[in-house]
Amino acid sequence: MEEARRPVIEVNDLRKYFPVSPTSLLDRQEKHVHAVDGVNLVVGAGEVLALVGESGCGKSTLALTLMGLEPMTTGSVKIAGDEIGTMKGKDMRALRQHIQMIFQDPYESLNPVMKIGDIVAEPLKVHGLAKDKGEQRERVFRALEDSGLKPADNFAGRYPHQLSGGQRQRVAIAAALVLEPKVLLADEPVSMLDVSIRAEILNLLLALRQARGISILLITHDLGTVGYVADRIAVMYLGRIVETGSTLQILKNPQHPYTRALLSVSPVPNPRQRRERIILQGETPNPIDLPGGCRFHPRCPIARPECSQIDPALEMVPAGHEVACLVVSGQVD
Amino acid sequence: MTGLSTDFLIKDGPPAQAVVDVTFTLREGEVLGLVGESGCGKTTLILSLMRLLPANGRIVDGTVLLNGIDLLSLSEREMARMRWNEIAIIFQGAMNALNPVRTVGDQIAEALTQFEDLATKKVVDDRVAELLDLVGIGPERRDQYPHQYSGGMRQRAMIAMALACNPQIVIADEPTTALDVMVQAQILELMEKLRDVLGLSIIFVTHDLGVVAEMCDSVLVMYGGVTAEYADVDTIYNDPQHPYTRELLRAFPDISRPAEKLASIPGFPPRLNALPPGCRFAPRCPSAVEVCHTLQPAQHRLDDGHLASCHLVDPAGIPVLGQEKGQ
Repeated sequence: MEEARRPVIEVNDLRKYFPVSPTSLLDRQEKHVHAVDGVNLVVGAGEVLALVGESGCGKSTLALTLMGLEPMTTGSVKIAGDEIGTMKGKDMRALRQHIQMIFQDPYESLNPVMKIGDIVAEPLKVHGLAKDKGEQRERVFRALEDSGLKPADNFAGRYPHQLSGGQRQRVAIAAALVLEPKVLLADEPVSMLDVSIRAEILNLLLALRQARGISILLITHDLGTVGYVADRIAVMYLGRIVETGSTLQILKNPQHPYTRALLSVSPVPNPRQRRERIILQGETPNPIDLPGGCRFHPRCPIARPECSQIDPALEMVPAGHEVACLVVSGQVD
Repeated sequence: MTGLSTDFLIKDGPPAQAVVDVTFTLREGEVLGLVGESGCGKTTLILSLMRLLPANGRIVDGTVLLNGIDLLSLSEREMARMRWNEIAIIFQGAMNALNPVRTVGDQIAEALTQFEDLATKKVVDDRVAELLDLVGIGPERRDQYPHQYSGGMRQRAMIAMALACNPQIVIADEPTTALDVMVQAQILELMEKLRDVLGLSIIFVTHDLGVVAEMCDSVLVMYGGVTAEYADVDTIYNDPQHPYTRELLRAFPDISRPAEKLASIPGFPPRLNALPPGCRFAPRCPSAVEVCHTLQPAQHRLDDGHLASCHLVDPAGIPVLGQEKGQ
């Protein structure tokens, strides 16, 4: 069913390395932070894909690269069929209409001295999309109301500080919607909000997908939220996707030892379901000097000797469910 | 070990009742979860407990008994001894409060010598090593600076400092909020270990209902400065009586039940200078009836140790607090 969806984002072997300045004169060899290191990803039309991983796994860099805000090192990214790597200036700007981003912190992402109506109108002006004031106003009001700020009249003249956190996040969503994009990148869109209003914002995103067929790439570390909104999940570790599948496949039947550990430590709000936590010791290694072989092997509870030699590729387990692990895919005992 | 019972009221022009008539008991080795949305009085409650309220805060009623000693009747000097020696606190965001130009070992040593007269440098050194070991920081890292520590390691260092004077109670205000889930699990495991090894009692302030379910023995749900519900952890999650508790649980995503409908709680917690006349939750409550909007509910005792402030709870529940206090 999901295969039938026309892809809106296609990412092929994307790599993004940041050079590191040498720490001493003797250190001649140039080093790099391997923030994104060979990612393949497809997001279909109207699909919600959650990209899950801990801080430093490269998920935010991946998002910035998709937005064209960070040039990629190698690889290919197609948005609605157009390759972004080769685009410059005007073409790039035109493409950006199709992909818009919502950031984590609605207290910082809105300009405090601009009125709500002007904040939402800004993208239209930048892209020169509204013919006249009347059309601009109409599109701004529609975006505000679609984002649940009704009546728009009431909100357009206010300043961000006059709104609650949830309302501010709705403004950020309206500013993204006003261009009628095909894709929304949402980077931890509810993590700064109180639990009581998270559901509202998540429901809004789902409603937009329903009404407009927008695809959503949700970037988060909160597996609880993911189960509620995503169609598919991709789990990222140290710049790579290590497991991907439908939400139920990942949450109910995780295969990769990293995914299993992450799930085991995600708290369940029921004391009758206290489980054995699989606690990985230490922290994610530094992405400058990546471990050889499988990059997870130094922390992996089921690592075999071969895992320090062979870098596993994503292998299909059952249909639609892919895992990058030599042990799980049966390549070693 | 102790029976703690506190009432508070904060003065601010016309007094704003930030915390009203809150009662709980914390036993040795017990972990109490203090939950509620932002602005529900959680932080004011623990600051009152520590007697660290800002200048305009006044404790107007109640008692805080720690091993039979009423903390509220102590002189400021005596209370200062109680802090850190008996009750220590790890503040929200405290891991960013380490002094960046001093080594972590030095800062822990300072916490030690400030309150305890440890004669020799050797005694202090040994104790610092012991504390670091207790929280899982390798001895080779004592001479490092905070910027060389990750977020999780800094939080461990803060816990070591809180433990410096062997307190019986540690209050942890959102200790894992800024951490990744795996690092959070490491810190939670550490706190469980400390409870088991040291018999530590812990008050865990958080809005993460998942963490509370995993860690706590009992739960105090606060709303608008009052106790909405107080019970053991199983009752709170599996047989909640207060509508606010139920709504909070419905709003919290459960990873073990993906695709389940999530609910939001429309509206906001009340401002303290504009409290509704009846139940403070009534304006947002899906089950509110007429009386809820006019009359403040008393705290009903439903079972041993189960309190709920709601007009709609089991009519057999006998109002035990609040109303009697009013006389």
